[in-house]
Amino acid sequence: MTFDWAFAWSIMPQLLWALRITILATFLGMGLATVLGLVWVLLRRSPWRIVAWTAHYAVEFIRSTPILVQIYFLFYMMPEFGLRLSPMVAGVLALGIHYSAYLAEVYRAGIESIPKGQWEAARALNLNPVQTWQRIILPQAFPPIIPVMGNYLVAMFKDTPMLSAITVLELLQTAKIIGSESFRYLEPLTIVGALFLLLSLLAAQAVRWVERRFDLKELNV
Amino acid sequence: MSTAPIVSVRGLCKRFGTHEVLKEFDMDINPGEKLSIIGPSGSGKSTFLRILMTLEKPNAGTIEIEGKGLWHMERGGKTVPADKKHLRAMRTQVGMVFQHFNLFPHMTALQNVAMAPKQVLGLTRDEANERGQDLLERVGLGDKLDAHPNQLSGGQKQRVGIARALAMQPKVMLFDEVTSALDPELVGEVLGVLRELAHETDMTMLLVTHEMRFAQEISDRVAFMDHGQVLELDTPANIFTNPTLARTREFLNAVLES
Ligand SMILES: Nc1ncnc2c1ncn2[C@@H]1O[C@H](COP(=O)(O)OP(=O)(O)OP(=O)(O)O)[C@@H](O)[C@H]1O
Ligand SMILES: [Mg+2]
Repeated sequence: MTFDWAFAWSIMPQLLWALRITILATFLGMGLATVLGLVWVLLRRSPWRIVAWTAHYAVEFIRSTPILVQIYFLFYMMPEFGLRLSPMVAGVLALGIHYSAYLAEVYRAGIESIPKGQWEAARALNLNPVQTWQRIILPQAFPPIIPVMGNYLVAMFKDTPMLSAITVLELLQTAKIIGSESFRYLEPLTIVGALFLLLSLLAAQAVRWVERRFDLKELNV
Repeated sequence: MSTAPIVSVRGLCKRFGTHEVLKEFDMDINPGEKLSIIGPSGSGKSTFLRILMTLEKPNAGTIEIEGKGLWHMERGGKTVPADKKHLRAMRTQVGMVFQHFNLFPHMTALQNVAMAPKQVLGLTRDEANERGQDLLERVGLGDKLDAHPNQLSGGQKQRVGIARALAMQPKVMLFDEVTSALDPELVGEVLGVLRELAHETDMTMLLVTHEMRFAQEISDRVAFMDHGQVLELDTPANIFTNPTLARTREFLNAVLES
């Protein structure tokens, strides 16, 4: 079997279209994970034991079950509970929820690295809890974890082919369809691999750039 | 001393586990008074200030500021533990300067000082910045408004810390060993600011300090603390030159020797 460049060229538009879906799912998933991760952390610090405890075990549960199971669960089981989700919505939800559990851990580490004196200064100045989080804690906790979040963004990007399991027309699913229609898998799968490689490298580069920027920032903080 | 005390402490107890850090601690502080607290390490000086700043909760006893409970409040004719709202209201009366500055590293000097007046006291941005700038000029940092804490020396950081606490205009200001984290050559500039405050303001100042000479110079009264209690509370002249207790003399000899 030889690589057919003409065929590869002809399926390019279809695959690039699918790449759009892959990227869209990644960014929507990451947006959800970023916010939801913060919600987990705040719930885990709740003064109500039961809330903190529930959030803690929810995060543990999400982290220790495979993302594919979560994708299937949202797509095939939620209708049983009366919630019918489109493949794309179920997929983005699954990615967002799964990664929110990892980000919750990252945030927790970031928040715990803030010295006790910062909380005490905030209290001595009579800031309320919202002001303390918004003005003192989060602005200091976020910059050091931005590179880590970048790495999770790349990891999530590479997890998007899982969404093909519930027929989201992302890159891999589209490649499989092209394959089954043309009986040629070499070209679509090679292109898929190449596209993932290319974008992962670009993203890693971007993460490093951000890292350097914040390192510089760190110096004059 | 016929006026009512601004701060009145009765039977204050604080335990960490089984360790009793404050034992039936009593103290009255007069309005505008400059009171220094001295005493050996671990005697509970910081713990007392931290309870006044509501950073630490007492196990028993009462504190009143201008006759109002700090950790207690009245509800339906009964005295009950203070809720968050009451604590927030009471906290406006008290300010604190920390040993390790605790400046906000992501903010400039001016932002450090102007943030809380804007957020908590509801000043406009211009009013808050003006107040911040005035105070930073007052502590000799008019040229450092836009510097971040890591661009400042220890002495400069602590002067920002003082300006930040002053910006909230508390009636009672707590200073917990505010020079002991500084290199010796930087202590003077901070003491200079404190001296100016002591002489120029009628703010009540409570200073925990190891700077005996300074305490003697600026204090109206000096309290000697040991093992969670005030053993002796008198004028600086009496405490430093003519202490009643052998324990006080012992402590002073040990400190003044080193
Ligand atoms: N959060 C805490 N948990 C447990 N023990 C504590 C805590 N804070 C203070 N202590 C203990 O309480 C005692 C009194 O501490 P405190 O800091 O009030 O002493 P201090 O008089 O300020 O001493 P120093 O001159 O060393 O600052 C010490 O033995 C200290 O170890
Ligand atoms: Mg202390």
